[in-house]
Amino acid sequence: MIDIAVVDYGMGNLRSVAKALEHVAPDHRVVVTSDPAEIEAAGRVVFPGQGAMPDCVRELDARGLREAVIAAAADKPFLGICIGLQLLFEHSEEGDVAGLGIIPGQVKRFAAADMHDAVGSKLKVPHMGWNQVYQSGKHPLWAGIEQGARFYYVHSYYVQPQDAAIEAGYSEYPARFTSCVARNNIFAVQFHPEKSQHDGLQLLANFVRWNGVSN
Amino acid sequence: MLAKRIIPCLDVTDGRVVKGVNFLELRDAGDPVEIAKRYDDQGADELTFLDITASSDNRGLILGIIEQVASQVFIPLTVGGGVREVDDVRRLLNAGADKVSINTSAVLNPQLVADAAGRFGSQCIVVAIDAKQVGDHWEVFTHGGRKATGINAVDWARKMVALGAGELLVTSMDRDGTRVGFNLPLNRAISDAVDVPIIASGGVGNLMHLVEGVKEGGADAVLAASIFHYGEFTVRQAKEYMREHDIEVRL
Repeated sequence: MIDIAVVDYGMGNLRSVAKALEHVAPDHRVVVTSDPAEIEAAGRVVFPGQGAMPDCVRELDARGLREAVIAAAADKPFLGICIGLQLLFEHSEEGDVAGLGIIPGQVKRFAAADMHDAVGSKLKVPHMGWNQVYQSGKHPLWAGIEQGARFYYVHSYYVQPQDAAIEAGYSEYPARFTSCVARNNIFAVQFHPEKSQHDGLQLLANFVRWNGVSN
Repeated sequence: MLAKRIIPCLDVTDGRVVKGVNFLELRDAGDPVEIAKRYDDQGADELTFLDITASSDNRGLILGIIEQVASQVFIPLTVGGGVREVDDVRRLLNAGADKVSINTSAVLNPQLVADAAGRFGSQCIVVAIDAKQVGDHWEVFTHGGRKATGINAVDWARKMVALGAGELLVTSMDRDGTRVGFNLPLNRAISDAVDVPIIASGGVGNLMHLVEGVKEGGADAVLAASIFHYGEFTVRQAKEYMREHDIEVRL
């Protein structure tokens, strides 16, 4: 029995994600896999991702994982991380590419040239480092995590869900952007919980215990 | 608001953390895994490991160290030193590094930066620029600061970002290990020239230097070694000091 499948489609370093899950759930079997059958057999699924979105879509399809991911996102406790959040959407400005279309909405780029902080310093893209995450509402995955806790981000694109009600959390850079979404059995975040020290591990521990009900 | 980052740097040789002055006179500072855990406990935002092992025999040691750290410390880890080809980047990422820093090899073969960023994403490619004042400008040096390249450091920063670097680690060779503070004009010039975050490095001797690096140098992150290694300041003290000076930090 596989407890947690981490979907491996050749994009980015999944070791950190697996290590962090093993750390918070030592009694669970965590498998990093590119086998659709293992994803189907798993009790819960983590969908990470790094790099450029067009490459991610191509590699996902090259491994025949699209259907398995869509099926998992339909009924299992499902955690998307970084590009694993963006891929759930319909379309990304990065490479003008279609995502999996599981969540209606777009992925947009930060407008680097126009971004300044409160004292006028230029804000860099990628948005890299520890930013505060504000919880848009109650959710089991926020258990034990304070409003405004800092998580580690590294990204140049952000999601814009069509349905504002699925926003689970947001950050500011400098404008407010949706950084977490929750819908039924899906919870997906732009930041990296596996690299966000105590609060990140808390979120992963919450995911491991989650029954997949958002509302 | 996004916090400015404090990054303790661990220079590792033959499996031990060391610290030198102007890249010379190495002094033992302890076990890398123990030191990494200590800085994580103190609230470090990331950790950088630079493998300065001279002999190729002991180069593999860094992989084991990163594996051990990555299974116990859940903050971003950057590893640099001796990265020559895309396969070196892959090995370090597989060992648990989140970012890989490329220095001399970027000068010898700029295409490596493009290839590595294309393969693994810009977010994990840091280009380290060692610069020294030469006349009225800053010049890039390689081989741990021993070799002049004739390349203008600010032009080089722009070129590296164009090729795919997601972050720049800017070290002033004139200041490294001297404890007299960052080279602020150098950091400011590079920070203003590119859109990606820059890490200021080289010369930190007190906590005011960290504040200056952010406020005057325009750094998105500050890197320091000796002020932390010998117990002079904790990372937490450094962050409290920065907060007192109106810099956003994670505490």
